[in-house]
Amino acid sequence: MAGACPCHSIFLIAERYETLVIQKKNPIDLLFSVITAGASFMVILLVIGIFAILLKESSLSIGKFGFIKFIVTNEWNPVTELFGAAASIYGTMVTTAIALIIAIPIAIGIAVFVTEIATDFLKGPIGAAIELLAAIPSIIYGMWGLFTVAPIMTKYIEPALQKSLGLVPLIGMLFQGTPMGIDLLTASVILSIMIIPFTASISRDAFNLTPAVVKESAYAVGATQWEVVRDVVLPYSKMGVFGGIVLSLGRALGETMAVAFVLGNNHQITSSLFSAAATITVTLANEFTEADKDIYLSSLFHLALVLFMMSFIVLAAAKFLLFKAERKINR
Amino acid sequence: MKNVLSIFLMVFLLTLTYSSAGAADMINGAGASFPYPVYSSWAYDYHKATGIKFNYQSIGSGGGQRQIVGRTVDFGASDDPVKPEALKKDNLFQFPAVIGGVVPVVNISGIKDGELKLDAETLCGIYLGEIKKWNDAKLISLNPKLKLPDAGITVVQRSDGSGTTAIFTNYLAGVCTSFKNKVGEGKSVKWPAGIGGKGNEGVANYVKKSPNSIGYVEFAYAKQNKLTYTQLKNKAGNFVQPNFDSFGDAAESGDFDSKKDFYAWLNNTPGKTSWPIAGATFILLAKEKKDSNVKTVRFFEWVFKNGDAKAKELVYVPLPKSLKDKVRAYWKANGIQ
Repeated sequence: MAGACPCHSIFLIAERYETLVIQKKNPIDLLFSVITAGASFMVILLVIGIFAILLKESSLSIGKFGFIKFIVTNEWNPVTELFGAAASIYGTMVTTAIALIIAIPIAIGIAVFVTEIATDFLKGPIGAAIELLAAIPSIIYGMWGLFTVAPIMTKYIEPALQKSLGLVPLIGMLFQGTPMGIDLLTASVILSIMIIPFTASISRDAFNLTPAVVKESAYAVGATQWEVVRDVVLPYSKMGVFGGIVLSLGRALGETMAVAFVLGNNHQITSSLFSAAATITVTLANEFTEADKDIYLSSLFHLALVLFMMSFIVLAAAKFLLFKAERKINR
Repeated sequence: MKNVLSIFLMVFLLTLTYSSAGAADMINGAGASFPYPVYSSWAYDYHKATGIKFNYQSIGSGGGQRQIVGRTVDFGASDDPVKPEALKKDNLFQFPAVIGGVVPVVNISGIKDGELKLDAETLCGIYLGEIKKWNDAKLISLNPKLKLPDAGITVVQRSDGSGTTAIFTNYLAGVCTSFKNKVGEGKSVKWPAGIGGKGNEGVANYVKKSPNSIGYVEFAYAKQNKLTYTQLKNKAGNFVQPNFDSFGDAAESGDFDSKKDFYAWLNNTPGKTSWPIAGATFILLAKEKKDSNVKTVRFFEWVFKNGDAKAKELVYVPLPKSLKDKVRAYWKANGIQ
């Protein structure tokens, strides 16, 4: 029919176009769409702008040390003006990895309890507590870490670890040296407490995506609670949980104030978890205000650029996995 | 809608008039965090006395230098003196405002305030990691009467870049060639031994909580937190206690020369009772900004006259009279008074 009378369809299109234009001509609507579009594009501009500034400010350091060479050089000496990021990157990765190792089982345990095991009467308070934990500013974790956690680590936990795991060959080398409380382990423990709420709440949401029918069928054929969680809920939500873990990873990579006080800012790569170290953010927080030479400041920007790229890659991976998980569930 | 717009316009105009009126009697500065408490308390008194606001942001000495070079503030503040050549290049004035010092603090059971004696050689050895135990022969020969434990020394230093570290490492590098060669001096250095605490509070906390430790903090911080400080042997060969007199003496015998824009460290000064680790904190002015310089100088002139008691109350050491006069002459010679 459309083929038989093209003039008619053209008329229709014209009419529709006219309504569109009229809608757009409404000044409030127009203003509204311009403001929302402006806000959205500003985010993109900001990200590009920050990247450009980091690149520009670190150009001196990139020129002197080379982008790749800067990453692999284990030297950070403001006096001789030799800078390399290897120790900071190592510290960032070790603290993040240990924090995840501690946080993931606890967070998933919390999520399982809240979604599958707890009665409704308990769900509310626990959920609220998790969200409150996420709302505590990180500087408070930092001060609490310095004045409370570090002494406990020094007195009880670290000597106990040294006496037990420290004697096991190979693993033992992780627990050498005098426990001082300013070290990789203390920083990791504080980080893990900080990221538990993120992992837990995202896992909880992912678990809730499991269709109730499937779970009920499993119970109907006589599966226990443990079997339902292991064989039904976890397989259904594993991509979502994984995405949550990667988001927490991004958070742990960038965390500053919580670890700035308990890591010591020593630029060294050691095998022992009982030695002071530095992460990228800790270095920035400690040294940015007093960086007086141009190459020093530029190297700090260079560090920030490295972290920006690390975080970008991690978040891109997380988005990709979440996207895949959603598609799988929708199918 | 129209009403809303007119209200907005009115508020906007009001803020505009207010802020332009404010700019005339406002001094803006930024820089070192060490003198922040005393500057802000002087600012409070100055505002009460004259109605002029003195706004100071403690963003760190490095930041203060950058801000005044970029001409975004009326004055910059720095804990370390800027070299005359650099001042010339950036067209800046420089003068000292107040004195501070660094004291070693220890935590050894049974040893009280000001009992332990240290000299340049032992302090240097401890911070290089070469003197590892408290009952080292060198420490015992300095302190024959004290009972020093057979325990390893936990060395604590600042993890963040700071003027305190700059003064401390300038002292160590000045008195000890091996420290100069191995570590050097600066606001943050690569320490061969020990652990780092963030800020004075971080160092103080670790020294307080770790037995057999040693750290270095600002004098004011040691005093307010009742940390166990040590005696030090000065250039004249005398053991001195850290107090207002010994810091004042250091300032008095410091090599402040207005021709060099007061570029001077107060470390290891020759005075008989000088405390050997001290430093002034400095004010930087842009030479071409005459009006704001006059405003800033007026503030410090007022402080030199009326601010000593308040400074002492906050455990800062006011400039000695001779130095104040030198600074006044410097202002006059440069036509900013």
